[in-house]
Amino acid sequence: MVVREVEVMNRAGIHARPAALIVKVANQFTSNLYMEKDRMKINGKSIMGIITLGAAYKSRITILTEGPDEDDAANAIERLFLNRFEE
Amino acid sequence: MVDFSILDLLDLDLKEHNHLQLKCIAGRSGLSRKLTTTKISRPGLPLSGFFDEFSHESIQVFGRGEQQYVKKLEELHTLETIERLFSYPIPTCVFCDGGSPSKQVVDIAERSGCSILQTALGSADFSRGLYQMLDEIFADTITIHGVLVEVYGIGVLITGDSGVGKSETALELIERGHRLISDDTVKLRNISDTYLIGSGENPLLAHHMEIRGLGILNLANLFGVGAIRDKKQVQLLVRLEEWDSNKNYERVGEELTETLLGITVPKLEIPVKPGRNVPIIIETAARNERLKKLGYYSAKEFDQSVLKWLESESARNLYYSNEETF
Repeated sequence: MVVREVEVMNRAGIHARPAALIVKVANQFTSNLYMEKDRMKINGKSIMGIITLGAAYKSRITILTEGPDEDDAANAIERLFLNRFEE
Repeated sequence: MVDFSILDLLDLDLKEHNHLQLKCIAGRSGLSRKLTTTKISRPGLPLSGFFDEFSHESIQVFGRGEQQYVKKLEELHTLETIERLFSYPIPTCVFCDGGSPSKQVVDIAERSGCSILQTALGSADFSRGLYQMLDEIFADTITIHGVLVEVYGIGVLITGDSGVGKSETALELIERGHRLISDDTVKLRNISDTYLIGSGENPLLAHHMEIRGLGILNLANLFGVGAIRDKKQVQLLVRLEEWDSNKNYERVGEELTETLLGITVPKLEIPVKPGRNVPIIIETAARNERLKKLGYYSAKEFDQSVLKWLESESARNLYYSNEETF
């Protein structure tokens, strides 16, 4: 299991488009992805789940990946956050 | 621990008979005080001067008796116990039966930064409602990836890996007249260790669904209010799995269960493959669950019938074989 802490850096927070992007990237890996915020843990391969997190600008999220390619998956998701979801 | 202030208590959107009819009548600055326990205190003993074991972290409920006693104390000009009561960091105090405290008590409360609430309900009704509500708020919770639907009055939680068809199954069930509680993230709460209540994580986002190829849909608008529900007890778990020909699936109806938050719920594992109509299987499972609640177990009754038949058959065989010998 790989655990990473990230911060939401785009102004609009995680709305529908970034959520879809995360799911798209997560689905390229066989590892499971979970995202955690304020004691709430959701499946990172589900758009509605990610949106339900209510991740606004500057909120902190813990990324957990688990599976054969967990390192690559965590890196790819972390990169999305650092690139501000290309916004 | 849940972060819950007195202001949140006033803000709760409770329906009809659950409504606590609370309003703040004094000490507004104290509304930010936090509530940390589900206990309720009737401050009769502290008012009479006995402060041992005083549960100052709970809401203080003043019924008719306590209010009358406070009045008596005012007449006698002995307000020390009231002063002492408010010197504790009590979250708030509630005056029942629409009663209100005198100017003196209000002053003491405001000085100590404690709010005073009022309700039109009697203390018994109010306490009952408050207990029930606090139980729900401070209940243990987990968030689960799945879809919660109500089928024939049974709360069915459908789980399974991403892409196995949970949402599509739920959509078909809604189309067939059943109700959606939440899609994708379901918040489960353990209510007094007896049952599980499932609801959406966020009321603003509830009743939306993501269907591959269509995007995000608002089910309440598409199917009407009859197709949705806010919360429902979870009475059956259905786990959808990709068909695995090496795995043995349940064939005669022996019961599987799963324990969530310490509560055991019956569980079904349903293999999915093209051409299998999962919604109808779930409907049937819900009907079967209702039968079980009425005390009728299809699988057991069937087994009983088979046993009875085998018995009578062997008896007949014995009889005939004996006859031939005559």
